[in-house]
Amino acid sequence: MTVMRASLMITCLGDMFFPEVGVSIVRLLRRLGVTVEFPQGQTCCGLPLFNSGYHAEARRVAARTVALFRDADHVVVPSGSCAWMVRHEYPGLVGEPELARDALRLAARVYELSQFLVRVLGRSEFHSTVRGRVTYHDSCHLLRGLHEAESPREVLRHLAGVEFVELPGADECCGFGGSFAVRLPEVSSQILEKKLRHVEATGAACLVACDAGCLMQMGGGLRRRGSRVRALHLAELLDGGRA
Amino acid sequence: MSQADLSIPFRRRAGRAMEDAFLQEALTIATTKFIGLRREAFDAFPEGEGLRDRAREIKEATLQHLDRYLEQLIGNVERFGGRVHFATTAAEARAVILEIGRRAGARMAVKSKSMATEEIHLNEALEEAGIVPVETDLGEYIIQLAHERPSHIIAPAIHKTKGQIADLFGKELKRTVPADPEALTQLARGELREKFLQADLGITGANFAVADTGTVVLVTNEGNGRMVTSLPRVHVAVMGVEKVVPSMSDLMVFLAILAKSATGQKLSVYTTLVQGPRRAGELEGPEEFHLVLLDNGRVDQLAGPLREALYCLRCGACLNVCPVYRQIGGHAYGHTYPGPIGILLTAMLNGPASVKELAHASSLCGACADACPVRIDIPRMLIELRRQVDEKRIAPWIERVVFESFGWLLARPLLYGLAGRIARVLQRPFVRDGAIRSLPLFGDWTRTRDLPAVASRTFRERWNELERETPR
Repeated sequence: MTVMRASLMITCLGDMFFPEVGVSIVRLLRRLGVTVEFPQGQTCCGLPLFNSGYHAEARRVAARTVALFRDADHVVVPSGSCAWMVRHEYPGLVGEPELARDALRLAARVYELSQFLVRVLGRSEFHSTVRGRVTYHDSCHLLRGLHEAESPREVLRHLAGVEFVELPGADECCGFGGSFAVRLPEVSSQILEKKLRHVEATGAACLVACDAGCLMQMGGGLRRRGSRVRALHLAELLDGGRA
Repeated sequence: MSQADLSIPFRRRAGRAMEDAFLQEALTIATTKFIGLRREAFDAFPEGEGLRDRAREIKEATLQHLDRYLEQLIGNVERFGGRVHFATTAAEARAVILEIGRRAGARMAVKSKSMATEEIHLNEALEEAGIVPVETDLGEYIIQLAHERPSHIIAPAIHKTKGQIADLFGKELKRTVPADPEALTQLARGELREKFLQADLGITGANFAVADTGTVVLVTNEGNGRMVTSLPRVHVAVMGVEKVVPSMSDLMVFLAILAKSATGQKLSVYTTLVQGPRRAGELEGPEEFHLVLLDNGRVDQLAGPLREALYCLRCGACLNVCPVYRQIGGHAYGHTYPGPIGILLTAMLNGPASVKELAHASSLCGACADACPVRIDIPRMLIELRRQVDEKRIAPWIERVVFESFGWLLARPLLYGLAGRIARVLQRPFVRDGAIRSLPLFGDWTRTRDLPAVASRTFRERWNELERETPR
C-alpha cells in the first residue's frame, strides 16, 4: 500500500487565530494513515487582496504559494474560501505559462478538509468527544464556489452521540465577507444577527463551519452575546475521538 | 426613506435604512416571500436548469452579433409601420420622446412599469415639457404619489408596508381606505381608469424585442400594460439595445424562466406582444408606434469587463437573495438600479468611479449568481470593479497603503511571522480569555463581535513539536 501524502495549507487566519484547528487536522489525518507535510514559508492564499481588487499583490502571493506546494500530492485546507481561491482563481491569476501550468496542477489537488476526508479518503465515519445537538453553516465559497454541501453533512450525520440538525437558512451568508465585515460593519453585523438568531433557534450546543472567516464572524458574535452555543471548526469536532 | 442623498457616504445611507423599522419589516416579508416562491417554481420545473443554460447561450450568441439583430429588428418594426429611434445617451432618449409627445400634442402620458424610463429620468422631463406622466403599475403608482423612486427592479414599492400605503392614499387621494391590499388596489384602479382614457401617449419599456418578427414583448401582471399599449393614440416603447432576442423560439426560453425567477409564477399574468401600430381593419391599438433603442453605456460594454451584465433580464432575483439588499433595501444604493446587478449597471451607466463605495457593498457570497436565471457572475464583476477602483487610484490612500503593505508582507514569511509576534505583544492589554472585546483601530469589528486573540503559539510555531508527535 502506498502511503497517502497530504500537505496542509494552514491559511493566515488558521495560523494566527485558530492553530488548534491545524493541530486537530494533523492528528486526524495521521490517525487515518496520511502522512502530513507542512511546507515552510506559507503565509496567506491572497484571497483578501484578490477580493479587494489588489490583483498585482495577489498575483505575487499566488505565485509563491504555487511554488511552495509544487510537490504536494494533495493539499488540504481548513477553509473553503482559500481552497476556492487556489482552485478557481490561481490558474488565471498567475501570469507566466509555466507557473500557470503548476497552478492548474495544484488546483486539481486542493481540497477543503471535509472534501478530502469524504471524497478523497472515502471516510465519513468518525468519532467525536462532543455530544449533543450540532448544526452546520454552509460557507459561501465552499457551497457556491466549490459546490460542496454534502461532505460536511455526511460527516456530521455519521457522528455517534451527535444529533445533527439543519440550520434554517444554512446557505445564507453570515456577513463576514473579508474586508466587507469592517468596511460595512453595521450591515455585516445585522446579517450576522439574523444568522445567530437562526442558530440559537435550533437549540444546538455547537455550530460547525468549514471556514475560518465564518468562524471568526459567528464565533465572535456568539461570544459577544454570551451565547452558550460554541462555534467550532469541523476538525475540532473530530479531534480527540478515534478515527 | 425616499431617494438617498449621494453626498452622504454609503455606509451611513445603509445605516439609516437599517434604522427604519417599516423598511425592515417590509423588506423581510417581501424578500422572504420572493425567495420561497422562486425556489418552489424551479423545484417544480426540472427542465428549468437546462433552460437557464440555454438562455445564457442565447444571450451570448445574440450579443456577439448585436448589430445584425438590431438591424433585423429595426427593419421588421418599420415593415409593420413602426418607427425606430436610436438614442446614444439618456438625454438623447428624452429628447426623442419629448419630440414624439410634442408632435402628438400630448398633455398626458400613461406609463407601464419601465426601468429604462427610470434610468433616463423621463418623468421629470415629461413634467417640464408640460406632459403629465401617470404611472399605472400599482407599485409605480404608489411611489409616484409618494414622490419616490423604485427601490426594487420588479417591486418598486417593496419598501412600503400596506399601512404606509393606506396613509399615503388617504393623504394624496383624499380618500379614507383600510390597509387592505384589495381595497387599496380598487381605489388605484378607479383613479387610473380615467387616466387611461384621457392620455394621448402610452409609454412602456420592453422586456424583449424579437428581431425576426419585429415584436416588442411586455411581461406584466396587472393588465395596465395592455391598456397603455392599446388605448392612447401613440405608443412609445423604450428599450435597452441588449434586450433583442433573435426569434420567437428564443423568446419562449426566456419566458419560461423569467417569471419563475422574479415572482415564482409559471408565467406572468399578461404577456403582451406588440407588432407595430394598429393596422387597417384592426379595432384597437395606437395610430403610431415608436421604439426607442437605448445605448447609454451599453454598447461600450460589449467589449468591456461588464459585458455579462448585458445578459440581465431585470427579474430582480439577485436583489431578493442578496444579504446586503435584504438589510438595506434599494434606496440606500442611491441609483436607478439597486442590488448586486444594480451596482454593475450603475458602473455601466456612470463609470467605475460612481461605484467606488458600492463595489464593496457585497460580501461576495455568490447568492446573486446562483439565483440569476442567466447565471451572470456578479461577484466576479464586482471584484473587477474593485480592481478598477484600485488601479485608477480612486480608492482612499490609507486603504491602498494597508493592502499594499499586507501584500508585501505576505511575500516575506520571516517578517510575516515577526508581525504576528509583535501583534501578540501589542494585544496583551486587551485580551480576556483568548478574545478581545475592544481594540483601538478595530472598533468596526469589535463593536458587535469579539475578536479572537492572536494565538499564544501560532500553528507554524507548533509545527516542529507536532511533527515529532507520534500518532495516538
